[in-house]
Amino acid sequence: MSQSTEVTALAAGNPDRLTGFRTFWHYFSVNRGAVIGLFVFILLVLAALFAPLLAPYAPDIQDKTAFLRPPAWQAGGSAQYLLGTDPVGRDILSRLLYGARFSLLIGAVVVTLALTGGITLGLLAGYFRGWVDVAIMRLMDLILAFPSLLLALVLVTILGPGLFNAMLAIALVLQPHFARLVRAAVMAEKSREYVVAAKVAGAGHIRLMLRTILPNCLGPLIVQGTLSFSNAILEAAALGFLGLGAQPPTPEWGTMLASAREFILRAWWVVTFPGLAILITVLAINLIGDGLRDALDPKLRRS
Amino acid sequence: MLKYILHRIALLIPTLVGITICAFAFVRLLPGDPILAMAGEHGVAPARYEELKEQFGYNLPIWQQYARYVGEVATGDFGVSISSKRPVMEEFKTLFPATMELSFFAMIFAMVLGIPAGIFAAVKRGSWFDQSLMGTALVGYSMPIFWWGLLLIIFFSGYLGWTPVSGRIGLQFFFKPITGFMTIDTLLYGKWDAFRSALSHLVLPAIVLGTIPLAVIARQTRSAMLEVLGEDYVRTARAKGLSPSRVVGLHALRNALIPVVTTIGLQIGTLLAGAILTETIFAWPGIGKWMVDSIFKRDYVVVQSGLLLIALIVMAVNLIVDVLYAVINPRIRAA
Repeated sequence: MSQSTEVTALAAGNPDRLTGFRTFWHYFSVNRGAVIGLFVFILLVLAALFAPLLAPYAPDIQDKTAFLRPPAWQAGGSAQYLLGTDPVGRDILSRLLYGARFSLLIGAVVVTLALTGGITLGLLAGYFRGWVDVAIMRLMDLILAFPSLLLALVLVTILGPGLFNAMLAIALVLQPHFARLVRAAVMAEKSREYVVAAKVAGAGHIRLMLRTILPNCLGPLIVQGTLSFSNAILEAAALGFLGLGAQPPTPEWGTMLASAREFILRAWWVVTFPGLAILITVLAINLIGDGLRDALDPKLRRS
Repeated sequence: MLKYILHRIALLIPTLVGITICAFAFVRLLPGDPILAMAGEHGVAPARYEELKEQFGYNLPIWQQYARYVGEVATGDFGVSISSKRPVMEEFKTLFPATMELSFFAMIFAMVLGIPAGIFAAVKRGSWFDQSLMGTALVGYSMPIFWWGLLLIIFFSGYLGWTPVSGRIGLQFFFKPITGFMTIDTLLYGKWDAFRSALSHLVLPAIVLGTIPLAVIARQTRSAMLEVLGEDYVRTARAKGLSPSRVVGLHALRNALIPVVTTIGLQIGTLLAGAILTETIFAWPGIGKWMVDSIFKRDYVVVQSGLLLIALIVMAVNLIVDVLYAVINPRIRAA
């Protein structure tokens, strides 16, 4: 009861925002997959946050008496190591829980970098047009001319292997998608009456770009941001797998797969679980992305 | 039409220049001295160092170095591999057909399954088949393919013992390549057991590489088909009393396939990126594995030229797709 009065009070204070969120949640929650994805994602965030409490062991502690121990339910396994141990006797479950931190960090950092770069370049290109536009968009075309993983590989070769450099490289590779999106949206919005009105009222370039136009391009940006989040996790894992991303003994999932490769025919669990963790994370985020698209972008809304 | 093609080519010139600048800059952006970097771990004697500096033109102003590089590339001179001492172009020519063959079969796999599945899902919209197909497609789309490949190896090569773990063909077979496609060459020589060996080596990598395109094509076909099925001419065709299979197969499909063709073309970048991972897992001797190996061997001449060649291929394929698209869809040409 008290909750509903609170809601009304809030609604009275700021009607737009709340009905906006309600409409959003209405469209988002219709999509069952999206709600499941969101639920899984929240669990992952909790796992990452509380990894030190949840994990039975530290991620890099080695049990010299338990190399390649199978999972608990298989013959030879024990409840001591629920998902088994890796070739040097580390608990796989603990490493996976700590690994969630890296994957979510990668996604967040890459999307932030790509979003910042993409918004800046896209705004400049779409707002000023002319040679600024040509120069920026040709540069974006150039980045898109290379297969993304290849370009990321080459950038990491220049920068040196490692998690941070991998994130930089992936952000650079994903960034043109944001720039293109923002540019197109800005060009569509720029001639609208509300922008002209703001301009007549005396708003400067910066204000027009950031406060008047940008908020109206947010929907597609959020959707693209979600898809890039999952892409970033996949690409970082691929770089880790190739040995150019996070370096061992970091419990990054792709790196874990790389060091497990030679044992695939002897110990299925060292390979299966890290990959499953990547798949579940990426799938959850893509499900959320589908739901966000339905809820935020009327043009792309599935009929 | 010719005017359209020329216009498209003209648009590519800045990108082309950009690609050569990237490849040119790559070696110079590497940390440390470019000649020492190219010489690799063994290092180089001081006298030889000066000689190499002269030979590669590193003592010239930077724009002259670039002009020289473009001149070399334009005449087909891509340098000599540091590790194998063979011309890069020669290596590329022997390895590229392997990647082509793998990509070709991956695409066949994706199209043969993806297009019918997408059509069927659209026709039976909302059914359990539609829902489970779209669910599966999303899983496929989210798949870390390097892990997918390892899982297939565990199951089909390890557990069932059906397929070999790596390579392109059994070691007992040796052919002088004719087309460079193992599956075709073995048939041309009339060696059935060799053909079977080549095919069994090809199956798993092709499935792995084709997985993401399969998911994308199934989704795209479904949504294109749904859109077309709502059009007036489809309703007219139905109203005329045509059988449902004729309406779907003839009237709707032809129009629905136009966006699908573009999607297939756009997958070429995905395929080449995927080839890097797939070839590494299955030890498939193509250009993806070549690039990764060269990065680890610090054979930067190969990395530089590989980067350039792969970007040129992607560009050429995109051009072909654009032109084909204009051929099937006349509305594009006018624009």
